Amino acid sequence: MTDNPIERAATATPPRLARRIKGLSDRAIAWIFVAPTIFLLLAVNIFPLIWTINLSFTNFRANRPNREVDYVGLRNYERILTDSDIWLTMQATAHFLFWTIFFQVLIGFTLAWLINRKFKGNDLWTTIIVLPMMLSPAVVGNFWTFLYQPQIGLFNYVVSFFTGVDPSSFEMIGSVNLAPWSIVIVDTWMWTPFVMLICLAGLRSIPDYIYEAAAIDRASRWRQFWTITVPMVLPFLMLAVLFRGIENFKMFDLVVQLTGGGPGSVTELTSINLKREAFEKWRTGYASAYAIILFVTVFGLASVYVKALNKVKER
Amino acid sequence: MSSFFNGLLRLRRGPWEMVATILIALGVVMLMQPFVLWAYTYSFIITLTGTVMFIIVSHFPE
Repeated sequence: MTDNPIERAATATPPRLARRIKGLSDRAIAWIFVAPTIFLLLAVNIFPLIWTINLSFTNFRANRPNREVDYVGLRNYERILTDSDIWLTMQATAHFLFWTIFFQVLIGFTLAWLINRKFKGNDLWTTIIVLPMMLSPAVVGNFWTFLYQPQIGLFNYVVSFFTGVDPSSFEMIGSVNLAPWSIVIVDTWMWTPFVMLICLAGLRSIPDYIYEAAAIDRASRWRQFWTITVPMVLPFLMLAVLFRGIENFKMFDLVVQLTGGGPGSVTELTSINLKREAFEKWRTGYASAYAIILFVTVFGLASVYVKALNKVKER
Repeated sequence: MSSFFNGLLRLRRGPWEMVATILIALGVVMLMQPFVLWAYTYSFIITLTGTVMFIIVSHFPE
């Protein structure tokens, strides 16, 4: 009996199987190991994508599977791209995306910079700050509807305390002008800790000796911040923006619980609109074309962004 | 500037990726801008062209 674990493993292989494997090349064995993953990928990702592209050229309705399906060419795409209501949902999504990412990066980086300073209770504060991120989006959406209540909600009273405005004089969820900001505030409250954690990892990866060398060269704190801290945290920040950008582009549960897309359709993001087309109006072909438009947009943006991220990392 | 056009003519990755990136960015801005409907209408074809171009040109030599 040998002590070598590789030889022991080899002898543990049943003789019939061992004989069959011996006849295979390394490349063939590699394919055998990779094949289940490739099969799963094809079945779960690639096939549905191709099927969706195919459906996007038809008038198929999933609630009438026995109805004859006609190929309508590019008509679904044409209807979506000339529909002013869908154009409005794109604008609502753009507003949501831009401001959530802006505030999350700004506040997240500031919090990370403050938490990175050594002080008593540092770990406790970090835990308290990351708590919102651990909650379910549906729960967050639900309890913020109570916080936004004009009569009993805490939010209006806090605003009233700082600005002197009557708390019952404005309604965050019910107002056409304020509702888009209400979803921005909740998403920022929930996901800023995530950006903070990524920034904190970036800040902690900067070795102290770089700051010491800069201090010896009499660089001011301001100069150290802009020439050491920001460039070294930038790849981490870009990663956070990528994650939040993709997540917020497909934001659904939080907004549905909070505003349901209203009032009117001012907070109806593309994912909510798409769900209504696909599973309430059952226009499957039309919804498939809509999904392909969103997919191409996110894919294109993500490709460019990953390229930029790699360039920053190479510097 | 001339090196950019030389790169385009010699099918180099850098300048072609730049063109694809500009197309994608332009397409996304057109998709989400609130000003003119025709820009929204033509946004998808521009984004699609940029994305397909990006996939192809990322295999060009440096």
